[in-house]
Amino acid sequence: MEMTFAEKILAKYSDEKNIVPNKIVNVTPDHLLTHDNTAAIIQKIQNELDKYGIYSNKMPIIVLDHVIPAATEKTALNHKKIREFVKEFKIKNFFDVGFGICHQIVIEKGFALPGKLILGSDSHTCSYGAVGTFSTGIDRTEAASLLLSGETWLKVPNSIKINLKNKLQKGVYAKDTILKIIGDISASGANYCSIEFHGDVNELTIDDRFTITNMGVEMGAKNSVFLVDDVTIGYLNSIGISKSNYDITYADKQALYIKEFDYDLSHIEPMIACPHSVDNVKPVDEIEGLEIQQCFIGTCTNGRISDLKIAAEILNGKKISKNVRLIILPASIDIYENALNLGIIKTLVKSGAIILPPGCGPCLGAHQGVLAPGEKCISTANRNFKGRMGCKDAEIYLASPATVAISAIKGKITNPKEVLL
Amino acid sequence: MKIWRYGDNVNTDMLFPGKYTYSCSTADEIIPHLLEDLDSSFSKDVKKGDIIIAGKNFGCGSSREQPVIGLKAVGIKAIIAESFARIFYRASINQGLVLIESPDFVKAFSGNDSIELNLIKGIIKINKKNFSFPKLPKEITEIQNSGGLLEYTRIKLKKKNK
Ligand code: SF4
Repeated sequence: MEMTFAEKILAKYSDEKNIVPNKIVNVTPDHLLTHDNTAAIIQKIQNELDKYGIYSNKMPIIVLDHVIPAATEKTALNHKKIREFVKEFKIKNFFDVGFGICHQIVIEKGFALPGKLILGSDSHTCSYGAVGTFSTGIDRTEAASLLLSGETWLKVPNSIKINLKNKLQKGVYAKDTILKIIGDISASGANYCSIEFHGDVNELTIDDRFTITNMGVEMGAKNSVFLVDDVTIGYLNSIGISKSNYDITYADKQALYIKEFDYDLSHIEPMIACPHSVDNVKPVDEIEGLEIQQCFIGTCTNGRISDLKIAAEILNGKKISKNVRLIILPASIDIYENALNLGIIKTLVKSGAIILPPGCGPCLGAHQGVLAPGEKCISTANRNFKGRMGCKDAEIYLASPATVAISAIKGKITNPKEVLL
Repeated sequence: MKIWRYGDNVNTDMLFPGKYTYSCSTADEIIPHLLEDLDSSFSKDVKKGDIIIAGKNFGCGSSREQPVIGLKAVGIKAIIAESFARIFYRASINQGLVLIESPDFVKAFSGNDSIELNLIKGIIKINKKNFSFPKLPKEITEIQNSGGLLEYTRIKLKKKNK
């Protein structure tokens, strides 16, 4: 029987031959990602940890990124407990405060590989499909159970195929593409499904693919994947991982999809998700001129070197509007260093940007750039839910780094095509 | 019993704001902030046995189990929605919070109807009309019957280490 990507991976990991959508299978993932929430996770199973220990010290990847450096005594204590746990159980893959955002680390350090299965107690774990990994989010309790037992159940998802064709225009990016798709499919349109991207994907870099798969969960998807091609292999080579280190999984040609969508990339315009849902998507042109107070470039969606480069190109030699704050976070320390070496950070700082340490920053509203009632923020993040940036009476607009950068200069929402053409 | 009625795409930030995720983890810490940005009367007025009825994609957004722990702790008997987001769905199985996916029921419910819920038979009644909902697969009922995922794992570990 011809199988989709998700069916093939789940067949491989469960050792079951007859894999059909909705079947429940038991799997042992290659890795389990947890972050600052590790403290709450281990708190649930203290007795069992003392009695039985953990299933494997190589399975967990722990990254401190959400509230870093600690904002309160409570978060500091959580970090401390996590460090003690890491030491006690000799956890191999631990990244303390300052390394970067968990999803960036998982890809950058080569944990996410083609044909692997990764689960994480964070909804954006679905990002690793950028390099052909099957990955999805779970909750804290399930992460606790996985730490102890190493296995869990997954339901075999239905699959959706998205065919991309042609090339993006100048000033239009991967972010605009995924916003357009989510606007069309809706926030629940891919619920429980696996999304596969096919077609003319060769022009999309790993950074672009990461932005796209990262937002799969915003349409309800279980996982989201670009099937491995030369771009993937080239990227993995560049981080020192050769083909002999992984086993690629492809979907079969005749596999069954419950839905198919076609997108002509050359027709996509700069898009923006308006408050308070990610599928409330409009062309930037429709709300151009709206005044904003905060601009934010970063997060696991758009805090990579290519994103900072685009921002620096636009901000080079210019000053941001005196009515806005521009906050920028490189997604990892490696990206930060790279941006320093390329002079990008200097350009950004000169334009008036505030550079924050590699981490989640203001994305989840816990610290570093919380909004006030009535304020509007344009952000490169993946969520604009009410209250997301710490204030339920503020508004968040989601767009590409180019749209955010040009909007920071003008003090109001602006289409980047005007400056880039 | 009160019925709390909400619309589509109720996300985890509305159910429990992200700013509290690293300061609240026990039921007592969670309850005062339940649905804070969605319905400020909820945490004050909710009673044991109440039911939530909602539209599509309930619980979308972050992996955040605090709302599940909180809703279970205040005694929500069930959440009936047209559909649920998958991490929220799994979290509810793991904590033993009852979720019922029944688009037909949600569409038929007018707001003032009296309803009866029979979890064992898998039936919800509005006035005299019955709506049945499918039973969960046996792998999942096993987790629920053990009292949630952690209990289930504890039992498994005990057996294995005998
Ligand atoms: S950057 Fe934002 S979306 Fe990404 S992991 Fe951090 S909090 Fe979550």
